Parts: sequence; structure tokens; C-alpha cells
Amino acid sequence: MTEMVYREALKAGLREEMLRDERVFLLGEDIGLNWGGAFKVTKDLAEEFGVERVRDTPISENTIAGAAVGAAITGMVPIAEIMFGDLITLAMDQVCNQAAKMRYMFGGQTSVPLVIRTVFGGGKNLASHHSQSLEAWFMHTPGLKVAVPAFASDVKGLIKTAIRDPDPVLFAEHKLVYDKKEEVPDDEYLIPFGEAKVRREGADVTIWGTFIMLHKALEVAEELQKEGISVEVIDPRTLVPLDKKTLIESVKKTGRLVLVTEETKTGATTAEIAAIVQEEAFDWLDAPIKRVNAPDTPVPFSPPLENYFIPDNKRIAQAVRDIV
Amino acid sequence: MAVDKKTLKELFTRTLKTRLFEEKVWDLFGENVVPGTLHLCLGQEAVAAGVATALKDSDWIQSSHRGHGHVVAKGADMSAALAELLGKKTGSCKGKGGSMHITQFDVGVLGATGVVGSGLPIAVGAALSCQMRKTDDVVVCFFGDGASNNGTFGESLNMSAIWKLPLVWIVENNFYAMGTPITLTCPSSTVAQRAEAYCIPSKVIDGNNTLEVYEATVEAVKRAREGSGPTLIECQTYRMKGHSRFDPAKYRPQEEADYWLSPEKDAVNVIQKIALEQGAITEKDAEKIRVKLQKEVDKAGEFAMKSDFPEPEEALDDVYAEAI
Repeated sequence: MTEMVYREALKAGLREEMLRDERVFLLGEDIGLNWGGAFKVTKDLAEEFGVERVRDTPISENTIAGAAVGAAITGMVPIAEIMFGDLITLAMDQVCNQAAKMRYMFGGQTSVPLVIRTVFGGGKNLASHHSQSLEAWFMHTPGLKVAVPAFASDVKGLIKTAIRDPDPVLFAEHKLVYDKKEEVPDDEYLIPFGEAKVRREGADVTIWGTFIMLHKALEVAEELQKEGISVEVIDPRTLVPLDKKTLIESVKKTGRLVLVTEETKTGATTAEIAAIVQEEAFDWLDAPIKRVNAPDTPVPFSPPLENYFIPDNKRIAQAVRDIV
Repeated sequence: MAVDKKTLKELFTRTLKTRLFEEKVWDLFGENVVPGTLHLCLGQEAVAAGVATALKDSDWIQSSHRGHGHVVAKGADMSAALAELLGKKTGSCKGKGGSMHITQFDVGVLGATGVVGSGLPIAVGAALSCQMRKTDDVVVCFFGDGASNNGTFGESLNMSAIWKLPLVWIVENNFYAMGTPITLTCPSSTVAQRAEAYCIPSKVIDGNNTLEVYEATVEAVKRAREGSGPTLIECQTYRMKGHSRFDPAKYRPQEEADYWLSPEKDAVNVIQKIALEQGAITEKDAEKIRVKLQKEVDKAGEFAMKSDFPEPEEALDDVYAEAI
């Protein structure tokens, strides 16, 4: 095991797959020699693998994604980076109408083995066009798989699985987890999609969440332990496929559920999870399911506004206390 | 360019085959057995036939929403193609795609698409893949004058030029985007002029003359295979029918329609006349070819009619490589 930050673990996963399979290549804006990616995930990879396989592109998101589709269906394994999750709006046709639907609408003639990496989330005062959390849109698109790695030890195993998956994967990252450190296995490992991880075991309340909210939830769980409240924290790791079993089992054990994400509340992934739990574990619930999300507004810029927008430890703790 | 007799005969045959196929589709539509809508290529057969004859089997084509002719000219199984249009289980897309997604991947068709302009980025990726895998295959992308007003046109032409991709851009300029004439949507008198901004050589040709299309494509494909990059060919042509199944195309000026729809401009007549004049076929040969092709098309039609519809629950298949 080696302690490393999320960004390094992710890069290690990309690098291992590029060494393993020469069909794997990266394309995106400023991912290469001069910049190494806006969040430095691909730093030094162009030097190691060459500018053909770590390919800087013009600012053309729809064609970046579409080129990945075209390459994927003709024998390559592309990993396209969309610099900010907000900018994937410019590539929605290729991601949602083409990549996601090709296998289906062509009756199984085509596989689209590509990965679209992008990054969601606020917390850096980047305002409404560089801070959103849009993962629910992709969870709502049949044909896509959606990975949401939140921890360094998971991101390496998940990116490797994503690259080897025969279907298109929206690989969502979060700006504030790139610097989170963890012990990461040195040997090769793959994390299967659709397997959640119980990050902390507890008996009284289940918290299900994604990205930086999981890190906050773990802090909150520690704090609440002192008050005698035992919190279980579940990281789904992938939204599609979704590990319902781990979640339902946890809810059956604790009888209480708090859902925490940074998304705006209406139509968020948390709404879907709440619906699933009431369908499959209604009789085990001892209290209403609580949702902790951002308000239904664009992401504001000014620090006090953004701090108000993004759920904090206090709000998460309060939601737990409300139902215990 | 000297075109041998065998090739001339082939150009005639493919043009006629495409025509007879579309006439069969039109007949079946009249019998009310084609669900949904249709974008027929009647009138535009010379483009598909001329381009496809200039390609080798392993070359790829990216189709548009008006794709029947592209698929047939590239050598698709007509039975599977017609069955697809009828929504049958034996269709090339198992009844999941229909007219707008008609595709036969095994003869080198990347796909037809219902989103105008969405094929261009995919063609970029397929051509990039051909280049990176060091094959000598080329990609041809068909799109209409309407698509040249989409953002993907600029993005994709640009990317193909900077990377010198083995790609041929075929504009099927039929002068109307649905019912809107090109004079209202394009400031230049040709689409080809736009290629100059991307340093892509271009040519405007008679898109109703299969021989002209063939010759221009051969030249462009040669450049592409040699690594000299993309070429754009604007094929000026005209729809015999409206945009889609219920469009009588009354918005087209009579004089214009009379010119384009005259026997002298008819794609089949044009190439038949050339083939006869150059001694590639006799009148008797032409008749023999017609009878043979008509039999093939009729047989394909019978197959499609006799085929079963899919079982309703087959709607759930082929979303992912393995069900999740």
C-alpha cells in the first residue's frame, strides 16, 4: 500500500491501462504537454506516452465526445476528458443520443467502449458555469454507466474497470476530492461496478451520499458517535449500475435513512434513491427519509453564498438528529 | 480520369439498385406497412452509389438521417434493411432503429442518425481510429446542406484538418433543410466555400451524375489514404419526394423542380446514358440488370413482409453488453 492523493491514484489507473492496452488513448482540452489537465490528472502522461495518445484538442466538446464515440466503435478505447462537468452540456448529443443509444438502436451490432471523464462540484468559488453537480442527468440516460468515485483507494480500481467496460461510462470526479489522501494498493486491482462500499458501520441511521458529501458524512458520524448516535455511511461508487442490495440491507438494519449530495434537490439522485427505498424497504423505515441537498438555484459565486448553497456538516448532522 | 467499362457498369448497377430499393420502400409505405416516418433518397442515388463504388470493403461510411441509399450502396443485405424499415425482428437492428438508424456495421456502415449534424464528430473519431491503428482505411461522412449549419460542422472539419485525418466529407446539397431553402440559411452560394476556412480542399459537382461523384471521391480517397488529409465534396442534387413521408414539397418553385426532376437530370438515366455511350453496357444489358435487381429487391420485400415482429419484451434487450 502507498499513501497517495486521489489525483495520483486516478493517474496511476490511467497509466496502468495505457501500458496494458495500446488501444487506450486520452483526448481533451489541455490534457497534454503544456498543462497536464486543468486539475493535473494527466500531468506527465503526454511525456510518457506521446502526444498521439495524450491528445490535446480544440475547444470543441461535442466533437471531442463524438470523436471518442467514432474511435470506440472502430477498435480504439478512448478516454475523453471534458474539463468541467458544466461543459458537458455542449456534448450531450454525443454522450446521451449517440454513445448511450448505439448498442440499442443498432440492435446490438455495436459496442461503445469509451470513458468520458469529467468533474463536478463547487467549493472553489467558480460560480454557475464551473461548479454544478449534474450526475442525475446521466443516471437518467439508459445505456450509460455512471461511476462516482469519492476516495483515492476506489478511484484507481474504478477507472480501470471503466476502461475495460464494453459500454460507455460517464466517469464523474469531484474537485474537492482530488487532494484527499488514502492508502492505495500497489498491486493491480479492479473494483466491479455496482458494488457499494460501507465506509463506516453503524446501527442507528444510514447515510447514503456521493463525493465530498461522503467525506463530510464520515466527519459527522464521528461527531455523532460522541452523542451516542451510531451512523452507517454508504458510498455507492457507481450510480449505474446501482447497488440497491447494500443500501436496502443497511436500511433494514438501521430503519432510518439520510441522503446527502451536493446536487440541487429537485430531480437529484437522492430523489431516485428515496423512491427505491420506499418501494423496497417501506416496512422497515422508522422515520421519513431525509434529503440533504443544495437549494434549487444556480451555484452562486461569493463565498458566503456558495457556503450557504453547499450542504455542510451542520446540516447533515441536523438531518440525522431530526429522525433519531 | 479514365474509368474502365467494368466500373461504369458497376456505377450504373449501384445507382439503379439504390433507386429500386427506395421505390420498394415507397411502395411498402403506400401499403401502410412502414411505421413512423421516412426520409427517402429518391433522386439522390448517384451520391451514395458513386461514393460507395470508390471505396473498398473495409472503408467506413457515416450516414445521415437520409441513409437508406448509403447502406444499400455500401453493400448491405437488402432483406435485413427492408425488414428493419418494417420494424421486424429480422431487421439489421432487430427492429430497434428503423429508417433513421438503418445500419449494417459488418459492411462498414457506422450508423445512420436522427440528429442532423451528429454524424460528423463520429466520422472524425472513426478516421482518427483508422489513423492511430495504422490501417489504410478511410472514412466517408455523408451529411446534408442543413447539417453544414450545425456547430459540429465547424468543429469536425477543423479537427479533421489539424490532424490530417483520412476522411472525405460528402455534402449532399439538395438545397432544402426540410422546407427551408439554403438561400435563407447560408450566406455563400456553395457549402464548399466554407471548407476553405479550414484549409480543406473542396469541389462542387453534379450530384446526379454517378460518374462525377465517383471520380471526385476516388481523388479524395487517394489523398486521404496517402495521409494528405480530408477533402470536401459538395454534391448538388435534389429530392424526388419531400423531406419525409407526408411532405409533398410544394414549397419548391415549379421551374426549379421541373429542371431537377426532368428525365435528363435523373440519376439513373444519366449514368445509364454514359454507360451506353461508352460501351460499358448495351440496352439489353441494362434491361437484364434491371430485371435481376428488381427480383432481388422483390425478394427482400417478401422476406421483410413475411418476417415476424419482435416479441414486446425484446424492448429490454441490448441496452448494455450484459443486463445490469
